[in-house]
Amino acid sequence: MSEQKNKANRTAIKLLSVACGMFVFGFALVPLYDVICDVTGLNGKTSGKTSGAAYLQGQAIQEQLVRDQEEPGFDDDRQVTIQFLASNNASMPWEFRPASRTLKVQPGKLNMTTFYARNIASMTITAQAVPSVTPSRAARYLHKTECFCFEQQRLASGESLDMPLRFIIDRDLPEDITTITLSYTLYDITQPVNDELAAYQGYKF
Amino acid sequence: MSAVIEVHHHDDHHHGPAKGLMRWVFTTNHKDIGTLYLWLSLSMFLLGGCFALVIRAELFQPGLQIIEPEFFNQMITLHGLVMVFGAVMPAFVGLANWLVPMMIGAPDMALPRMNNYSFWILPFAFAMLASTLLMDGGAPNFGWTFYAPLSTDQGPPSTTFFIFAVHLMGISSIMGSINIIVTILNLRAPGMTLMQMPLFVWTWLITAFLLIAVMPVLAGVVTMMLMDIHFGTAFFNAGGGGDPVLFQHVFWFFGHPEVYIMILPAFGVVSAIIPTFARKRLFGYPSMVYATASIAFLSFIVWAHHMFTVGIPIAGELYFMYATMLIAIPTGVKVFNWIATMWQGAMTFETPMLFAIAFVILFTIGGFSGLMLAIVPADFQYHDTYFVVAHFHYVLVPGSVFSIMAAVYYWLPKWTGNMYDETLGKTHFWLSFIGINVLFFPQHFVGLAGMPRRIPDYALQFADYNMMSSVGAFLFGFSQLLFVFIVIKCIKGGKKATDRVWEGAHGLEWTIPSPAPYHTFSTPPRLDRQEAHG
Amino acid sequence: MNTAKQCKWLFALPLLVFVSVASADWSALNMREGVTEISRQVYGLHMIMLGVCVVIGIFVFGTMIVSMLMHRKSLGVVPATFHDSTAIEIGWTLAPIVILVILAVPATTTLNAMYDASDSDIDIEVRGLQWKWQYTYLNDDPAKEISFISSLLTPEEEIYNRAPKREHYLLDVDNELVIPINKRVRFLITSADVIHAWWVPDFAVKKDAIPGFIHEAWTVVEQTGIYRGNCAELCGKDHGFMPIVVRAVEEAEYNDWVVEKQAEAASVFEIVGKQWSEEELMAEGEKVYSQTCAVCHQPNGQGLPPAFPALAGQGLSIGPLDAHVDVVLNGKPGSAMQAFSSQLNAAQLAAVITYERNSWGNKGESIQPKKIHEMIGGQ
Repeated sequence: MSEQKNKANRTAIKLLSVACGMFVFGFALVPLYDVICDVTGLNGKTSGKTSGAAYLQGQAIQEQLVRDQEEPGFDDDRQVTIQFLASNNASMPWEFRPASRTLKVQPGKLNMTTFYARNIASMTITAQAVPSVTPSRAARYLHKTECFCFEQQRLASGESLDMPLRFIIDRDLPEDITTITLSYTLYDITQPVNDELAAYQGYKF
Repeated sequence: MSAVIEVHHHDDHHHGPAKGLMRWVFTTNHKDIGTLYLWLSLSMFLLGGCFALVIRAELFQPGLQIIEPEFFNQMITLHGLVMVFGAVMPAFVGLANWLVPMMIGAPDMALPRMNNYSFWILPFAFAMLASTLLMDGGAPNFGWTFYAPLSTDQGPPSTTFFIFAVHLMGISSIMGSINIIVTILNLRAPGMTLMQMPLFVWTWLITAFLLIAVMPVLAGVVTMMLMDIHFGTAFFNAGGGGDPVLFQHVFWFFGHPEVYIMILPAFGVVSAIIPTFARKRLFGYPSMVYATASIAFLSFIVWAHHMFTVGIPIAGELYFMYATMLIAIPTGVKVFNWIATMWQGAMTFETPMLFAIAFVILFTIGGFSGLMLAIVPADFQYHDTYFVVAHFHYVLVPGSVFSIMAAVYYWLPKWTGNMYDETLGKTHFWLSFIGINVLFFPQHFVGLAGMPRRIPDYALQFADYNMMSSVGAFLFGFSQLLFVFIVIKCIKGGKKATDRVWEGAHGLEWTIPSPAPYHTFSTPPRLDRQEAHG
Repeated sequence: MNTAKQCKWLFALPLLVFVSVASADWSALNMREGVTEISRQVYGLHMIMLGVCVVIGIFVFGTMIVSMLMHRKSLGVVPATFHDSTAIEIGWTLAPIVILVILAVPATTTLNAMYDASDSDIDIEVRGLQWKWQYTYLNDDPAKEISFISSLLTPEEEIYNRAPKREHYLLDVDNELVIPINKRVRFLITSADVIHAWWVPDFAVKKDAIPGFIHEAWTVVEQTGIYRGNCAELCGKDHGFMPIVVRAVEEAEYNDWVVEKQAEAASVFEIVGKQWSEEELMAEGEKVYSQTCAVCHQPNGQGLPPAFPALAGQGLSIGPLDAHVDVVLNGKPGSAMQAFSSQLNAAQLAAVITYERNSWGNKGESIQPKKIHEMIGGQ
């Protein structure tokens, strides 16, 4: 009879581990979601510099450049419009705008533009630019080789900066996409950065 | 068989219940715990109902008359949370506690001490949730779906207490579910195969698996919120590299199965009641089991149909649309089976049967609007309007809540030994039935006409139907006081119930005396063909 | 006998509901057909779905009702004993599959049309803010871009029932979005704070506005007129009070409107540059305050503590001017206080700061638009 009790306990322990497993799975959804977004462009996220998919992006850019040399003039007359948007999150007091609203670019060619930012607040502010692309399926065809969104930007009061963006539009961009909109939103991350700094210094000294 | 239980509570074995309050605090008896769950559920139903009446009172006329928008948002949040986690879920767990051991011929739940813990966590969880109303900054005000960043960046200080309350509810549900699964898998009467279990036991077995799979995900998502609020992480904050839409994906990965957690046991209840009063065996028992299992499976792969407007690429939209439409198939099978069970039966219409029939009709109406909502282009017009409010209230109120009431009327004579007052029961049914339709049917129209949900005030063209809706709400709300009266009256006394109670009832729970003795099936029963299902 | 009577009631009830519904003004209570090709397709889908549901409903509920009437114990019926039939069960599993496949076809077609990514004639950035909308008409020449905030016009008196509610109660804004008909307009939708949703039922356009993300929707309006909608995602206290009003006009009228708006933007230079009198600042300030600040800080300056602090007789408005200006211009991180330097022009900012420092018993200095203009480094 106590065998039956053991059996019941074994079932209970198995079920409990399933529950714990699902708790972990909940957290695993976070990186999983990021990977899916990076690969498929779901949600129009473009890859950050540090993400795993940045490596894939690097590969894609390499291939693109190699192909450019091997078969120059490929699809030469195709033009894609890329449109830039710049906006601030609610409590972000910077002046922030693209140097040009739109560019006509050729897929497979390296392009460059800048965004202008000026800190009009009375204190130093650290900002993070968050990129987003629409239509979202175009995100995976936009390869950035250099972007101010790869790093945090720190401007003292009154300071201004022209922030560079270099990118290639993939030649494999679906034919029906003729306009890509790339938006950047600036977030004020001064507080978290200062907290981190303080924690680091506290640890060191 | 009884040895499993004996180890846990040998002290009160072969005795009646202990005397006084301590009986309820320390009880490990499945019937006591079932009773506790049901009373908690009833009180939460009334509390959540009060919140709903505040909402409907404010919406009686255009303009702000009674409460401020800020408090309105607190009311919709608490109404949703209390009804989902406090009224519907504990009611089904209470029914499972009372009925599962009696239906499968077990002496008690497999893990009685854990059973006690899983109940007693809940009053603390809900006390904590309700106390947020008194806190500085008020109660949570971001809707029961607590979308980030509204809940993370702008939630009131009480959000932390809300998170802990959700954690406690989750722990309670997980422990309860483990207990139910272990009981069903290990303590069935000798000779009872899985395919001979009553459908209520089947639906609960599947529901319990759903709970174990998704309640930890809910715990995960509120933990991420907690970390975002207090520990500087940025799961849901785009500025720190997170994504507010990720919140919705994780939430609805929990949330959609949660919807079925609230309806599958209801299917089980109705599948017990209709055959009894049709005096005919349930039609298509195996297909009922398979349909339930397929609905549970599908619930994991359709979550993003709650998020069609967040800007998912077309391939995603199409996939979730098709997958969602598939749910109509097993659900349809269930409805058809119930009708086929009624067909050529010899029906009588006692209160449980009335609630069960109303369930089938009104749940099907909710199913129809659900099918309409699955169509993505049309959903762009329906999403976040009162059409959605009407839809999910049709599946949850005349769906889940009616099935719970049907179950209470159906098994109350077995629990108390007394028949409830049939005339009062029928009065309660008709008041509820009329009230609920006057309350929710017009909401389809205002939704289609363009009234968004979760607004404290509305444009003038919605005035007539909102007024109608509010009248229905008060009719339905106050009718439930009659329900409380009927239940208490039945506990106090009434015509003595026979052991079988209902002429057409089958199953092991009807072979024991009424009221059910404190300990049943201490020696496992012999399952004869007459009482077996399937 | 008793139950029979009650059951008759059961059948009468849907009829009653039906009669009451049929006699009501049905057109105002169904989905709107709208004024675009897409919205008509969506309406068609909706009606097909509704029709299919009604037909299935009549069949299913009809069977139930017949069963309830005929198969009752009181009629002396002996219950049948059948409890399965493989053929029937396969039948009613397959039939819904066929219906669903038929429904999926037009739904997929319409969805494909909605996701069409052709070039647009006009691009408008739609930005949700608590609790108003900011519209920016994108243009390659930054000087020609039009940008304005659109917020609720319904006065508090009507909301709190102190004045009779007028026709477009809660659906009226100070600045309408103006678009030309028969042109493809693309909306680039985003948010500055929490999630909102931009919805105009007549266009069948509804898209969530998500902070940090951009999504697009498009429309081609076929009839001139004024079309009204609401925010469709809970976004905090005044979620119910951020309507959307779109005025669709002939192309010529649109072009005139654009020229007028561009001239207006240019004249801001002049307005900002001049010296303002105390009275002018107070008058303009009151207007801006009631439109922009009063929802949170209340018309009487008492606020709604703790989330929205009072301004009357305490806090920033009686403290040092610099700190006050700083918060109004740059917002307060971690609170609902936004950075208004990107929403209001220098004159409006100066006026509202002056107003806050000199109302409800507050007595303080004023500030000139020119000063603010220098601070925000306007162009």
